[in-house]
Amino acid sequence: MLENAFIIPLIPAISFVVILFFGKRFIGAGRVHVVGITALGLVWVLSAVAAFQWTQRVEDPPPGAIVQLEAHVDEHGDQRADEHGDDHANDHAALSQDHSKDGHGGGHSSPLIRPVISTFSQWWSNGGVEFAVGTLVDGQTVLLLIVVASISLLVHIYSSEYVKGDRRYVHYYAFLSLFTAAMLFFVMAQNIIQLIVGWELVGVCSFVLIGHWWEEKPNTDAALKAFLTNRVGDIGLIVGMIVLWGTFRTFDIDAINTLISADPAAHHFALLVAACCLMAAVASKSGQFPLHTWLPDAMAGPTPVSALIHAATMVVAGVYMIARLYPVFYEGFSIGSSSINLMAFIGGFTALIGAALAFAQWDIKKVLAYSTVSQLGYMVMALGVGAWTAAIFHLFTHAFFKACLFLGAGSVSHAAHHTFDMRKMGGLKKDMPHTYRTFVISALALAGIFPFAGFWSKDEILLGSLVGQENSYPLMLIFGCAVALMTAAYMTRVIWYTFHGEFRGEGHPHESPKVMTVPLWILAGMAVVAGAFNLPSPVLEPFGLEGLAHRIQTYAEPSVYLSGLGLSHPDPSLAMALVGSALAISGILVTYLYYWRGMGPHGMTQRNRYAKNGYTFLENKYYLDHLYNDVVVETVKRPIANWANRFNQNVLDGAVNAAGETARDTGRWIYKWIDQGAIDGSVHAAARGADSSGEGLRAIQSGKVQNYGQLLFGSAAVLAIVFVIVV
Amino acid sequence: MEATGFDSWVLSLTVFLPLVGAVVIMMIPKAYEAEVKLVALGSSLLALIIGLYITIQFNYGAAGDLQFVVDKGWIDVINSRYIVGLDGLSLPLLMLSLVTVPLCLIYSWNHVPEPGNTKAFFILLLILSTGMNGTFVAQDMILFFVFFEIVLLPMYFLIGVWGGEDRRYASLKFFLYTLFGSALMIISFLALFFLSKDSAGELLHTFDMRVLTDVAGVGIIKSTQVWIFAGLFMGFGIKVPMFPFHTWLPDAHTQAPTVGSVILAAVLLKLGTYGFVRIAIPFLPDAAISWAPWIGLLAVIGIIYGALGCLAQSDMKRLIAFSSVAHMGFVMLGIATLTDFGINAAIFGMVAHGMITGMLFFIAGSVKERYHTLEISRLGGLLKSAPRMGWILGFASMASLGLPGLAGFWGEFPAILSAYNPGAGMPEETFRTYMVIAAIGTVLAAGYLLWLYQRTAFGEPPEEFAGHEIADVNRFEWIAWTPFLVGIALFGVWPNLIFNVTDDVVAGITASVEAIAAGN
Repeated sequence: MLENAFIIPLIPAISFVVILFFGKRFIGAGRVHVVGITALGLVWVLSAVAAFQWTQRVEDPPPGAIVQLEAHVDEHGDQRADEHGDDHANDHAALSQDHSKDGHGGGHSSPLIRPVISTFSQWWSNGGVEFAVGTLVDGQTVLLLIVVASISLLVHIYSSEYVKGDRRYVHYYAFLSLFTAAMLFFVMAQNIIQLIVGWELVGVCSFVLIGHWWEEKPNTDAALKAFLTNRVGDIGLIVGMIVLWGTFRTFDIDAINTLISADPAAHHFALLVAACCLMAAVASKSGQFPLHTWLPDAMAGPTPVSALIHAATMVVAGVYMIARLYPVFYEGFSIGSSSINLMAFIGGFTALIGAALAFAQWDIKKVLAYSTVSQLGYMVMALGVGAWTAAIFHLFTHAFFKACLFLGAGSVSHAAHHTFDMRKMGGLKKDMPHTYRTFVISALALAGIFPFAGFWSKDEILLGSLVGQENSYPLMLIFGCAVALMTAAYMTRVIWYTFHGEFRGEGHPHESPKVMTVPLWILAGMAVVAGAFNLPSPVLEPFGLEGLAHRIQTYAEPSVYLSGLGLSHPDPSLAMALVGSALAISGILVTYLYYWRGMGPHGMTQRNRYAKNGYTFLENKYYLDHLYNDVVVETVKRPIANWANRFNQNVLDGAVNAAGETARDTGRWIYKWIDQGAIDGSVHAAARGADSSGEGLRAIQSGKVQNYGQLLFGSAAVLAIVFVIVV
Repeated sequence: MEATGFDSWVLSLTVFLPLVGAVVIMMIPKAYEAEVKLVALGSSLLALIIGLYITIQFNYGAAGDLQFVVDKGWIDVINSRYIVGLDGLSLPLLMLSLVTVPLCLIYSWNHVPEPGNTKAFFILLLILSTGMNGTFVAQDMILFFVFFEIVLLPMYFLIGVWGGEDRRYASLKFFLYTLFGSALMIISFLALFFLSKDSAGELLHTFDMRVLTDVAGVGIIKSTQVWIFAGLFMGFGIKVPMFPFHTWLPDAHTQAPTVGSVILAAVLLKLGTYGFVRIAIPFLPDAAISWAPWIGLLAVIGIIYGALGCLAQSDMKRLIAFSSVAHMGFVMLGIATLTDFGINAAIFGMVAHGMITGMLFFIAGSVKERYHTLEISRLGGLLKSAPRMGWILGFASMASLGLPGLAGFWGEFPAILSAYNPGAGMPEETFRTYMVIAAIGTVLAAGYLLWLYQRTAFGEPPEEFAGHEIADVNRFEWIAWTPFLVGIALFGVWPNLIFNVTDDVVAGITASVEAIAAGN
């Protein structure tokens, strides 16, 4: 499966075609979900097989899969990936030695395993070089395969009830399949062109699905906003990738990573430029400040779409891209030696402002959306401080509990009159026991309460900021701790408004059917146990299970690239875990006292001027939307575009018209005064009475075309004379 | 190497079969409309079939060499010969032209625009076809010029007779503007004829494009080269059209009948860019190096300016017309870098733009036919009134904004990429600035296309058209559109179909540019 991984995205792609073109006619509009679910089931099985095979490859590496340390450094100038199916085992073995430093425990005990690369070289060619399309499969890829396949499968199942009877059921399932295909294609990209292709394709699927109910203008506005904001980031993506190409003369991800890790300092400036550009792309795709504004609006789409695309998979594409090209960022931003850098700051700042905004929302989906922004900020921050595994581990756990929260919100709305306004909910605890329980479990996981999944991954991020690489990242640690506190608090607020107190909506809420609650329970189960995949060894030692520690680090981390950078892993710290837990618990406690017990300064935002201003600032989302929509977009769309158009009509076109009119007038003048007056006059004078064909000539000559034409050829003749003179 | 047997006839057949069809139609009385249509379609399809034969017989291993060459005496007194030949540069464009014409005939099968007269309309389309095909295979400058100019007349009449309200102004402007360029171009041709010398320093006095490519302007002093290039630049640049010589285009497009716009966008504009790649750069590489930064500048201005122009339009067809200015800016940027990547991307961009923008004009025509207006503010809810057409518009818009996986991307991305490292002897910083500006242009492209789509296709249909039955895509439209739709997807997924064909020719061109640059 590792060599033929292309089959995995191919299945949902076929499912897309089948559903879209044959769904209505041959399968029946109401039953297309069968195709989608079957395809995704198959994808899940194959992904699981791939994951298993990868773990086998790590545990028992076949010859050629291991990189020998101090291997020969060979030329890697070209990117001719024309060996079909070659796994490049010996090609890129340019690693010199293990740079991992002492002092930090948990260094690279595992062997350096090469990714499995399969290529097909007929994709495109230029300048005599053929560029391949192919797959690169390693631990990071298979981890994402599992995440995407699992969430997508559950969302497919859940949707068959949630969007039942929708006006565009067929299109919904078709694009869900296409999205899955694009996302899977993205995660196994072998070169940066494929990254771009997958990146844009998931974006367009997101556009289509956000605008799924395009009859209403707010939905289409949200869809356009998502697409256009992402396009702004794409400038960075395109330019950044081009800089990488220009520096390394290859599109091959493996080659780029290997080249950098073999000699990290060789292209520092180019990598800095590339990393900054790519950071813009990450900001748009993964909802980082200042391009995060589209993500909350994207909640206009159907809720399962929000769960799949805007929480678990597509929005982590940016995080995944950083992780995939980590040497570029690590060296570009000097992550190893700095104590603050652009990526860490953007991530930490996003985490903070996202969490703050989550307090000011009444729409449950928007709370979750800002929570996603905040958690994505966590992941980016983790990558920014050098905690690669922590970021990917958090990506993994977050996918499950956030998807569960979104699907839970969908279940609530499904039951309670299709509203997402928490002011119209309340007291749903008794009516919706399954939704309530799964929601609380996932919220605890998100808040980072021991022993739920989020606790382990968040703890690793905080620990990564504390320890850093050469230096610690103190500001990031403060941001991270603040966010931990805030996350616990806003989730408690959501639970209060949604499930506790009195029911404030209309009608009689009821629990959702099994087809929706079973996926919820599966995800909630993962929210409990997903942390077990990367437990630190001290936790496992008492049970004699240390062999199961750091599984994600062992299997997923592409140490073959990272070791050259000297990436180290921090020792587990009980103190950090206790601080993190204390923060989360106090967040819950304070909010609990505030809402359940009615303690604290209620109504302060009405009474206190500063509190009120602060709240208004949050309510208006820091006025970023105003800046983008009313200032940037409106200026380009109206004054600048209109100015360009007026310039076009009046100046450029005016000049053309003036030239034409001048030519015509000159022609008339010549005709009147020279042709008829002087020449013809002299002809008349010389041979008066001679039969002239003047009438016929006049008919021709007064035609516009000829006049223009003559003049133009005349001027051409003048230019010809100029030529002769010049020559 | 000259072709023999049937192969020596194929290029001439593709070029002149439509003309033969036109002559036959002239002899058919106007009343026999069905026969007129069949002969027209038959002759253009026959040309297409021979085109397919050429595609199959073409030796892809030697795509850089001219194939199916015919070299016969023509106008001996000026040493102009009938030379036709086809290489990897001509092939995709010839095929584009051969495919476009029958599709246009099918599209106008039952609704030739006002004031009717199928016979004259089809005759003009066929003559147009001969001119376009001929331009792409001619290897003699006078022959090239004749074909290049033949195109003008039918298009002038198509716009002037079958066009919209302002057709007289638009057609005249189109005709004169391009004629102005041609006048300067022919002077440059003559200058090349009189001044070109072979390696021994002997004057060549030839119009043979193969010879002129080989000598590559060596022997003409630099300043003269630059002037000659200026004439070529005007001739081709107006046709492309490049900013600031583009103002004929929106008028011509807006006023032209649907198939006129389609052919204009799909093929006619490419005559200009083809001219740059086939004639201007290889004949005068030294001048090209001097000119390229300026061409690049105009190209990126065109990208931004065309996009801004689009944002200001209230008419759908005029918006699409302005988008051509922006897209051809990407093509010209690619050419201006004088690199393999850039020029290959430019050729890909020509084909992609032909299909995509042609498709958009087809849709605009069909929208106009149904709503009797293209005023964007009056349209809306196309997805609801005519869902299939709405989806096709969405597909074409996505392709036009350069979505990877569809053809537009492969013209755009490598062109931007090529500006990072322009060809030898060119200012790197300048071109990197162009690269960033061009990348910004892609955002604006997404903006105007998606706003167009939002206003025309999303939402509820306007009340104005509540009582009207808006028919969805009909059978003729399906037949006419499917090849373009398939092509957009196919070339997008598998771009090597074109890159593989053009790469050898382009390598030859850039090699000669590099040789000159190295000599400087």
